[in-house]
Amino acid sequence: MIKDLLVILVASSLVNNVVLSQFLGLCPFLGVSKKTNTAAGMGVAVIFVITLASAVAGAIYQYLLVPLDITYLQTIVFILVIAALVQFVEMFLKKYMQSLYQALGVYLPLITTNCAVLGVALTNVQKNYGILTGVVNGFATAVGFTVSIVILAGIREKMAYNDIPESFRGMPIVLVTAGLMAIAFCGFSGLL
Amino acid sequence: MNRAGERLVNGIIRENPTFVLTLGMCPTLAVTTSAVNGLGMGLTTMVVLALSNVFISLLRHVIPDKVRIPAFIVIIASFVTVAQLLLQGFIPFLYDALGIYIPLIVVNCIILGRAEAYAYKNPVIPSLFDGIGMGLGFSVALTCIGAVRELLGAGEIFGIRVMPESYVPVSIFIMAPGAFFVLALLTAIQNKVRINGERRGKDMSKIQSGCSSDCMNCADAGCAHRLYDEKADSASAGKKAEPEEITIEEIKEDEDND
Repeated sequence: MIKDLLVILVASSLVNNVVLSQFLGLCPFLGVSKKTNTAAGMGVAVIFVITLASAVAGAIYQYLLVPLDITYLQTIVFILVIAALVQFVEMFLKKYMQSLYQALGVYLPLITTNCAVLGVALTNVQKNYGILTGVVNGFATAVGFTVSIVILAGIREKMAYNDIPESFRGMPIVLVTAGLMAIAFCGFSGLL
Repeated sequence: MNRAGERLVNGIIRENPTFVLTLGMCPTLAVTTSAVNGLGMGLTTMVVLALSNVFISLLRHVIPDKVRIPAFIVIIASFVTVAQLLLQGFIPFLYDALGIYIPLIVVNCIILGRAEAYAYKNPVIPSLFDGIGMGLGFSVALTCIGAVRELLGAGEIFGIRVMPESYVPVSIFIMAPGAFFVLALLTAIQNKVRINGERRGKDMSKIQSGCSSDCMNCADAGCAHRLYDEKADSASAGKKAEPEEITIEEIKEDEDND
């Protein structure tokens, strides 16, 4: 059991990295990666939301959709649950945990229905993960996101003042960087 | 009918969602490993987009302004579910190839973006053609990218061998990194066109180069709307400013201040 969970942890965070090999959550990956601080903040918020969302979505699937035999409604249910959940988390943090809200508040609306959140919930169902396994998978996926966004932000800080050909300035060079990172992450595929 | 034709041309060329607006990048990168997959994804998205546009346009006087985003999402998600079940039943190989990216059409910014920007404000027929036009533009773009990647990565187009026998496929192009490189080249070309156009004094504001800040807006149009939003009033009254833009500005300022 523990061994299985460890395998999922490594597989979801490094081998099948959510951004670099599955292309989920590209928007924040490219948009919020100018500074390492903001990238790390975004990463923590994503870890928080995805872990919570996979627990809630898993529980709803297991105890509501399966007994009622309406699993075909999963897409609709998941997206509404996730959107409501993020909204709720934001209100809860604002009211009871001011310091955490200060740190994560601005990022929460950006990940409401970030495709990675829905993607993890759907993957958990597709792979028949239980709730615990699903939560571990969600956590690992989010850690993978955080690792890659922080690395990208670090590289972008380093090359901010480089002399780049005119048409490659801005996004294209960031995408080339992401491509090179994806090649590097391909190296993990021999791990399992 | 003129208006319908105009919407089609608009979607395919003038506001092509991939090449001009750079929307919906996640599926664009993920499923374009071959031309067939790209075409399949494009057409599926087109069907969902056209149907949801029609429905949202029909219901535009019924849906209250404050809950319009969740309403749109429910409508879109229903059509995505229908499309998913149909694909599973009738085109299983495509269903297997596209996998999780079919349900993820729900969060494709193009669909929610068109619902918000066009279908919610316009009559049914133009909305239908707007959906078809945008969907065709998306399909064309995905098929082109898929064809390029398949040609370089496997030496084939639509599964038919094109390159001579001696060609050694650069298999990285059908793997994940290749997607980033192809998109990098695409946005570089887009940059070039925009810079040249601006030098000649043309209005190039429609071209949203790459995902820089625009993809954050695309995340807003597609994803980041909340279920209930206290700023919805100010947004709906007068200018249709995205409420989330404020937060993005905050982050940008944050980044500048750091």
